[in-house]
Amino acid sequence: MAGIQLNTLRKIYAGNVEAVKGISIDIKDGEFIVLVGPSGCGKSTLLRMVAGLETITDGELFIGDRLVNNVEPADRDIAMVFQNYALYPHMTVYGNLAYGLKNRSIPKDEIEKRVRKAAEILEIGDFLDRRPRQLSGGQRQRVAMGRAIVREPAAFLFDEPLSNLDAKLRVQMRMEIKKLQKELGTTSLYVTHDQLEAMTLADRLVVLSGGVVEQIGSPIDVYEKPASTFVATFIGSPAMNLLPLAKSGNEWKLDNGATVDVKLNTDLSDLILGVRPEDLVIEELSEKFDSGLHTALTVHVVEPVGAESYVHGTIGEGSVDVVVRAPGKLHFEPGQILKVTAKPEKLHTFDTKSGKRIELEGALETA
Amino acid sequence: MKRSQFWDHVVLVLGALFMLVPVVYALMTSSHDAVSIYKDGLQLSPGGHFVDTYKQVLTEAGGFTKSVTGLTMLWNSLVLGLGFAFGKIIISMLAAYAIVYFRFPLGTFFFWIIFSTLLLPLEVRILPSYEIVQGLGMANTYSGLIIPLIASATGTFYFRQFFKSVPDELVEAARIDGAGPLKFFIDILVPLSKTMIAAIFIIMFVFGWNQYLWPTLITTDESLFTLVRGMKQILQVWIGAQIPDTNQAMALAVLAMLPPVLIVVIFQSWFVKGLVESEK
Repeated sequence: MAGIQLNTLRKIYAGNVEAVKGISIDIKDGEFIVLVGPSGCGKSTLLRMVAGLETITDGELFIGDRLVNNVEPADRDIAMVFQNYALYPHMTVYGNLAYGLKNRSIPKDEIEKRVRKAAEILEIGDFLDRRPRQLSGGQRQRVAMGRAIVREPAAFLFDEPLSNLDAKLRVQMRMEIKKLQKELGTTSLYVTHDQLEAMTLADRLVVLSGGVVEQIGSPIDVYEKPASTFVATFIGSPAMNLLPLAKSGNEWKLDNGATVDVKLNTDLSDLILGVRPEDLVIEELSEKFDSGLHTALTVHVVEPVGAESYVHGTIGEGSVDVVVRAPGKLHFEPGQILKVTAKPEKLHTFDTKSGKRIELEGALETA
Repeated sequence: MKRSQFWDHVVLVLGALFMLVPVVYALMTSSHDAVSIYKDGLQLSPGGHFVDTYKQVLTEAGGFTKSVTGLTMLWNSLVLGLGFAFGKIIISMLAAYAIVYFRFPLGTFFFWIIFSTLLLPLEVRILPSYEIVQGLGMANTYSGLIIPLIASATGTFYFRQFFKSVPDELVEAARIDGAGPLKFFIDILVPLSKTMIAAIFIIMFVFGWNQYLWPTLITTDESLFTLVRGMKQILQVWIGAQIPDTNQAMALAVLAMLPPVLIVVIFQSWFVKGLVESEK
């Protein structure tokens, strides 16, 4: 077992396309790191660089304290779980699990022992004689994980392993992967584009965009203190509402003229205000509190999703779609005007140009 | 619906008869003796000399030098058919493996070069090929019979298409599992190509078995004659001063037909599988 260290890794493809632009991550031994980002952000490339399936253009990669830039995948002491499982179709489940061990000239009885153990952990003992074709998606997924486990590697690499499963199975396997990783204590690097998967699995999240790291932190940190507008909208569903904010005199105002109570020491004349849908409260339905924001919302659509409702609307002419996430089943007519409010500590501010977070004064303590 | 089915069947039955009647003629005629065929022409009913004729054809030395029996020719054909088929499979699999999985300079160019040889069948290059094989002293040898024919653009193309359809993740999983290029080929790719290999084997075996032009050129030694090439030669000599042994000629023809038919019948399901699906 070992940590993994990425030092300003870069990947430039033929044609001068820079897919990974100098990424550094220090992964501790036993940590579960999730790389998350939209498609094309470089997360899979990064994982494949760690696996050794893509060459590293520049930078250093350490697994344990060994520099592995030019080490073959098989000798990196890693195991990988692929999105489409990549099981050998002509081998039995047993053969699939044993193949990597055989190639390492591990004695037969040791292979047998390890395969049985992995099969027991994953509850696939009954299928050892079957071919992958005869298994369901979930079972294949387990076999793919088994193939990783028997190797007893320094690190597991997961490349969107759950995307081919149906929603229910995905949730179940998600929990199992997490449990398994905690039991085995193996350092894991997991790639997904599903932010919910990322939130639930990760010890630390790495949010990637356009080949650079937007933010690294625990899921809750990332959720509560997104480092940029990109992270703010990518993590959390529905996405955070982003509204332009302009300075007029000593006050900050929204487009519709509503005053927002943000304490900021800045020379900037405009900002982006971020507020999560669940932090926006419909005034009529809540108790009074010290508010940082009051505005009127013209309802467009209400989406009931069972336990809660998403109220979509606008705040004045030309406003972007604003979403309020309110508990319970609500009924509003389109065109109805509601008063919404939010606590001052629930407000986020970002630089208009760079999209980077600007910390509110006093917000550090309240978060 | 019924009506069109009826006509479908008529067409099929006619087609089948068209194919089969000559075969039945050959088979039936071969069971008569030479004299009665000479008198009465080709036969459609079984005669009483089936065993005699075939025994004679298989074991009695014929030809100009009296050094070749039907059995020898059968053996030669088998060597050619098998050598041809296995040779082609091995060569084209390796070529396709190189083209698909290894990035080497001008790889695509070489593929198209190989592919363009489809435009140059044996008949076109027969003289230079003969010169070379003759010059290498390979005339009248099994290797001379087989090796010049085993490069196969068709086979390379089929295997290339098949290898391209194997998911990349499988290669990557094998790499992580510590399988080098040779191990990956033998442990993963060859077993995956099983049905494909079977299909190509059938095509190539039949193709090799039926070779006529090349064996005619390259073998002058009668002991190396294949059935297809030897049949006529043997018969001409037999004709000589006596009644033509049409029964024996027919028997040789039936024997020449038999192995390809057996191979196709036995491997039929594999053949279809190889062409339409892949085990992935």
